[in-house]
Amino acid sequence: MIRLEDVHKAFGPKTVLRGMTLHVPKGTSMVIIGGSGTGKSVALKCILGLIAPDSGRILVDGKDATTGDRDAFLARFGMLFQGGALFDSLPVWQNVAFRLLRGALKRPPAQAREIAIEKLRRVGLKPDVADLFPAELSGGMQKRVGLARAIAAEPEIIFFDEPTTGLDPIMAGVINELIREIVTEMGATAMTITHDMTSVRAIADNVAMLHDGVIQWTGPVGKMDDSGDPYLDQFIHGRATGPIEAVR
Amino acid sequence: MSALLSPLGTLGRATLGFLAAVGRVALYGFATLSHIFRPPFYPREFLHALLQIGWLSLPVVGLTAIFTGGALALQIYAGGARFNAEAVVPQIVAIGMVRELGPVLVGLMIAARVTSSIAAEVATMKVTEQIDALVTLSTHPMKYLAVPRVLAALITVPILVGVGDVIGIFGGYVVATQNLGFNPAAYLKNTVDFLEPLDIVSSLVKGCVFGGIAALMGCYYGMNSGRGAQGVGRATKGSVEAAAVLILAANFLLTGVFFSV
Repeated sequence: MIRLEDVHKAFGPKTVLRGMTLHVPKGTSMVIIGGSGTGKSVALKCILGLIAPDSGRILVDGKDATTGDRDAFLARFGMLFQGGALFDSLPVWQNVAFRLLRGALKRPPAQAREIAIEKLRRVGLKPDVADLFPAELSGGMQKRVGLARAIAAEPEIIFFDEPTTGLDPIMAGVINELIREIVTEMGATAMTITHDMTSVRAIADNVAMLHDGVIQWTGPVGKMDDSGDPYLDQFIHGRATGPIEAVR
Repeated sequence: MSALLSPLGTLGRATLGFLAAVGRVALYGFATLSHIFRPPFYPREFLHALLQIGWLSLPVVGLTAIFTGGALALQIYAGGARFNAEAVVPQIVAIGMVRELGPVLVGLMIAARVTSSIAAEVATMKVTEQIDALVTLSTHPMKYLAVPRVLAALITVPILVGVGDVIGIFGGYVVATQNLGFNPAAYLKNTVDFLEPLDIVSSLVKGCVFGGIAALMGCYYGMNSGRGAQGVGRATKGSVEAAAVLILAANFLLTGVFFSV
């Protein structure tokens, strides 16, 4: 469904992606792991067109992601941002129903609110949260609202950027379960970026490790522990010594 | 030789950098203005911008204008007394407020209040990935953030300038009639008789241009903000500096266009 072919991206003298190639089959959950600053978020943003790659191809359903109708393309995606990226000036329900209140998917406000409250309930939040503003919510609640917004228009493809960062272990577990349930129930294709190995095991069908701008290893999550790849082994066991330099 | 050429190189790079920045701002301005007439439209954001830029700026505009009008009356009276021309206070207050001080001071107050607020808000949205979130939600950031604010400023700032002109003249009237011994009816008659339609048109046109500059600079610097709190701070500072300088430069050009003989 999503295919990256030899994608390169540099910011001035700093090269981030050096030929990233990856295939994410339809209806599967791919988790990308890798150290900080290895280009995981850049890869997601390249797929969404938020950043233009310097070279290489990005295909979604066999079509070049950089051409064609942008609105129709983006309507297929939902994204949970690392910090939530909720709009401060809008109450929670309008954040969740943002796509349903404007553009091609626009519907009457009462109906959009109803859907927003249903999605909030889906991520474990009560209806009285709907009229609060994002600044009035805890970090975990903001993350869940972000998740509700990502799934509100029932997208075919969902991206999760570090969904459990900054959350306590229980809340992280709740978010992991939610993501897994949503992907399974909606039949969506998911790409997740995380450093959290508990998340990886909870969310992933397949895992890809990004290191030095290329996919170092990729395979089913069940084969991760006996991959024999020294980079992956060092990362999943959190060892300070190994082929990945601790000081980068 | 290289030591000799080094300052020239620095000067050249600075000049090219400046011209490139002017080009980027101009392109951003044209793009924003072209989007005003193309759907989708965001009426809710537009109404919110009207309230923020227009209605909520009234107190600061009114206070600035009334004190300026009062001070102007005192200055003209004291200055005019040196050559027995105290009687020109109503005329000079009117022409000074309507042609110059009204639009410029309102423009600068809008730069301080509105440009800074827009730049800080948009820059914070950028560093917290809210702009990226807008794009992923199929919403064009320029249409959603810049167009409603620029359009609201183009409409409300001329009105604020008009209100500021009236309040400024009223400030001069109060000082002149209460402290300087002018007859109220004669003061008003002199003011009305002396002002010409071109004075008022130039004031409102300046207000429209200054409003556009103020909102555009806030949006441009906010959208091009650097990372973190420092990036937001720099964007806010840069936007106010650019807006103030551009307003003063535009005032000079517009004054030349309207009043050069």
